[in-house]
Amino acid sequence: MTRDATTFSPLQRLLHWAMAMAVIAMLFIGVGMVSTLAPPYLPLLATHKTLGVAILMLALLRLALRLRRGAPALPADLPTPMRLAAQLSHHALYALMIGMPLIGWAMMSTAGYPIVLLGHVRLPPILPQNDTLHTVFWLAHVTLAFAFFALILMHAAAALFHLLIRRDGVFESMAPIARREEG
Amino acid sequence: MPSPSPLSTRRVLASLALIATLGAGAGAAFAYTAGWLSPGRLTPQRVLDALDGPAGPTPGYRRNHAKGICFTGLFESNGAGQTISRAALFTSGQYPALGRFNLGTTDPTAADGAVRVRGIGLQIVGPHGATWRSAMINAPVFAVATPQGFHDLQVAAHSDTPGAMAAFAQRHPEFHAFASWAASAPWTGSYAETAFNSLDSFIFSDADGRDHAVRWSLLPVAPVTDITRGDLEALGPNHLEQEIATRVAAAPQRWRLVVTLANDGDQTADPTQAWPEGRRTLEVGTLVVQRIEAERDGPCRDITFDPTILPDGMRVSDDPLPAARSAAYARSYNLRTAEADQYPHHLPAAPEPAR
Repeated sequence: MTRDATTFSPLQRLLHWAMAMAVIAMLFIGVGMVSTLAPPYLPLLATHKTLGVAILMLALLRLALRLRRGAPALPADLPTPMRLAAQLSHHALYALMIGMPLIGWAMMSTAGYPIVLLGHVRLPPILPQNDTLHTVFWLAHVTLAFAFFALILMHAAAALFHLLIRRDGVFESMAPIARREEG
Repeated sequence: MPSPSPLSTRRVLASLALIATLGAGAGAAFAYTAGWLSPGRLTPQRVLDALDGPAGPTPGYRRNHAKGICFTGLFESNGAGQTISRAALFTSGQYPALGRFNLGTTDPTAADGAVRVRGIGLQIVGPHGATWRSAMINAPVFAVATPQGFHDLQVAAHSDTPGAMAAFAQRHPEFHAFASWAASAPWTGSYAETAFNSLDSFIFSDADGRDHAVRWSLLPVAPVTDITRGDLEALGPNHLEQEIATRVAAAPQRWRLVVTLANDGDQTADPTQAWPEGRRTLEVGTLVVQRIEAERDGPCRDITFDPTILPDGMRVSDDPLPAARSAAYARSYNLRTAEADQYPHHLPAAPEPAR
């Protein structure tokens, strides 16, 4: 199989779409669980913590892949503001995929909560209990969650813009199903 | 990539409209999940607001059970609990305990005699850090069966409308058992003479995977002397904290941890209903309170006594209240730690021993 330099590798695409589902689920679980007192609160919280750790590990793997393999070049005729927006938003997405789980972990740690995942897997605290730090992490976790969701909406809108209007191959480079071989 | 043929303006506008619609739909789904489109949803914040009433919260303090005093000690496990739960802290041994005697009030300056409900928050850390937290009260049954009932009780209690409480009691017949306990049960002059009950039901799983529905109680070893509310009021507004500090300074104080096992068919969802007499009980160990700790800067302020923090071998039942308590306690913690600069740290911490 020859590697098409205009697309991400199959592993990168698999990670992208698996993580897309995980991150979106995470954001919905997050805003849902903090606004309810109903019994699902507990399994949602356990799922949120477990999925967060999974996302952190996958994001680190993905970052390593990205640094090693790079990404297909953006179309040469992409206007500079769009090129800049693409690069900045991708940096922000990576920062959030790695940062949000760490902030959540720090938030639980500084609140003195045992950090127990599904299956009674216990993680150590990464910081000692601290009121001030807890408040910083709590506000950051909440604020960045909304920023993350807004960024994902923009990312998806841009992807659809490339697919439907510019039709420049950017969407296809990360499409969940590989493009038909051409030629 | 072959260059695409130009799109008609109409096609571009249709595509943009599709993108906008998908984005708006995703945003609406997110807003719905967050509860922004459902003002009637019972959220943790609404329960805290109901607890506070029109006066609002006391910043920096727990939103409920605001008055209390911290302690450290041990849980001495006698090993008997292993027959009903594989939780490692039921193997014979001594495990560190941290807890807080408290009064069921949102007012940290309430007089002891003004508060009917006394509580204990407890954390036991078992082998390898497996943590069990619990919060119990002295009533034999809980006042309400659901989070909505709890919310409505607080609203009625704060209401200026004449007859609001009577109307609540009529709508919530399950409140009767608690109300009659509150009206008639004797008082005591010491936390050391107070029994505390889990009220909520939990499920213990033993090493063979068998489940046991349980409730538990901390029963005082100290002899209990019944007094009246008037007797307690005469002892002073902060008698309980002073008394327990003096008593523990003189000698460690003990409570027996007794687990009650449900019979087949006993309901577990409703903590307003006591199980019938004659249920099997099992004494699994002793809580030894060795030291009264500073409340203001002590270790209890660092944590919530969230009753859903359970080691492997214990889990919640179909009782809806522990999940609601977990969610509300977390909200209370987030708020009070954010208000920490308004909490009177570093004032005289331990109460003066009573003479």
